Amino acid sequence: MIADVANAHTFVEAFRFIADNPGFLLRKALEQLELAGAALGVATVIVLPVGVLLGHFHRFSTLAIGGSIIGRALPSIVLIGVFLTVLGIGFVNNMVALAVLASGPILVNSYDGVAGVAPEVVEAARGTGMAQRQVLARVELPLATPLIFTGLRIAAVTVVATAPIAAIAGGGGLGDIIVNQASYRLSGVIGASFCVMALSAGVWLALAALQRGVTPRGLRVNTVNEAGT
Amino acid sequence: MVAAGPVIPNFGKGSTCVTGNHVFCWGWVQQHWHDTLEPKLVEHVELSLVAVAIGFVLAFALAIFAHRVRGVSQPLGVVAALVYTIPSIAIFQILIPFFGISDTTIAIPLTGYSLVILYPNILTGLQSAPPDVLEAARGMGLEPRDVFRRIELPLAVPAIIAGLRIAVVSTISIATIAAFIGGRGLGGPIFDALQLPTPFKTEIYSAGFLVVAFALVCDLTLVAVRRVLVPWTRA
Repeated sequence: MIADVANAHTFVEAFRFIADNPGFLLRKALEQLELAGAALGVATVIVLPVGVLLGHFHRFSTLAIGGSIIGRALPSIVLIGVFLTVLGIGFVNNMVALAVLASGPILVNSYDGVAGVAPEVVEAARGTGMAQRQVLARVELPLATPLIFTGLRIAAVTVVATAPIAAIAGGGGLGDIIVNQASYRLSGVIGASFCVMALSAGVWLALAALQRGVTPRGLRVNTVNEAGT
Repeated sequence: MVAAGPVIPNFGKGSTCVTGNHVFCWGWVQQHWHDTLEPKLVEHVELSLVAVAIGFVLAFALAIFAHRVRGVSQPLGVVAALVYTIPSIAIFQILIPFFGISDTTIAIPLTGYSLVILYPNILTGLQSAPPDVLEAARGMGLEPRDVFRRIELPLAVPAIIAGLRIAVVSTISIATIAAFIGGRGLGGPIFDALQLPTPFKTEIYSAGFLVVAFALVCDLTLVAVRRVLVPWTRA
């Protein structure tokens, strides 16, 4: 690989690259968000209910924990490589690989969130005559929201920050620039990396705001008023 | 010369399995264990474990410092989250002009990634000693140095090992990406195989398996270490 000579000026050029190509970078960023969003969506739809149900019945905790360890041990490039040989080059391969990557934190946090609800609270809910389904929907899920969302945030940032690697297997997005130093020079690589960082930080903040919105008022840490009542 | 099938690197004599790119060619793995897989595995072990070791020493020193001087812990947690938004594949390239295609270029990001995982875990561990326990220790006449050595440090072991498990496994995983520059470690054969017109399955599967197996072995070792050091805690 040919590397440019870097100095402080390279970083100035990186910002110039961003300033000169706003439309191109925006298109690539949207491409990346599309891939990351699809992966996160697929992982959430499949894994979240599994974690919640296992947590509700307090079953297979080793499976949830083991799943997370194996999930973290699977390098993105291995997943992308393996799915590439099975699904061929392009969007689907990368989406599946990133979805597997996202599943770990979602599974663990949804399991921990629901399973970690204080037993006396669940007991009390049962005592008031709530059915199994109501206990889950009206007591356990609201109380598990903060942890579930934390899992989604970790998964989202992981997927957005990892998506550039998918460019090696035709995933598109800002990674097209990052893995192609020969065409875009080092300043382009750095510029696109800044965009990826901004993108993942933005996703992080957006989900944090959403999390505040859906967290039941009583659970919001900074609304706790010790002098209250 | 026109090749009949895909051009496979290190394909040696080229059995029909290899030239036909079948699902898995055990023969290729046996044939190339000594010239490809084994040396790459050794490189991978060195790169990742050295990075975690340096990261651990730095994180431990920082955590002890932060533990003594309260108040610096919070902002550094945010730093960890931000560091992980930096794409590893970009960081490695950005460092090439400064350090060349060298182990330093690979070691700096890997150390950084493990540092930001280890630091908050070690600090949380050191601060996990309940106040009444510390009170009791002081009441028994322990010097501050002994309070640290005999109370705070042992109580921090579970959190430290939990952090090490995450750091080791993540670093082994990220080290695979480091092969994008210079082909070091087990990512090397994977990138090689992916760059072919038809990706060579056996090479991707065998190198990928070795990365994951290495990570799991490290994880289980750390679990065993915890059992020995702090047998009273459970999974």
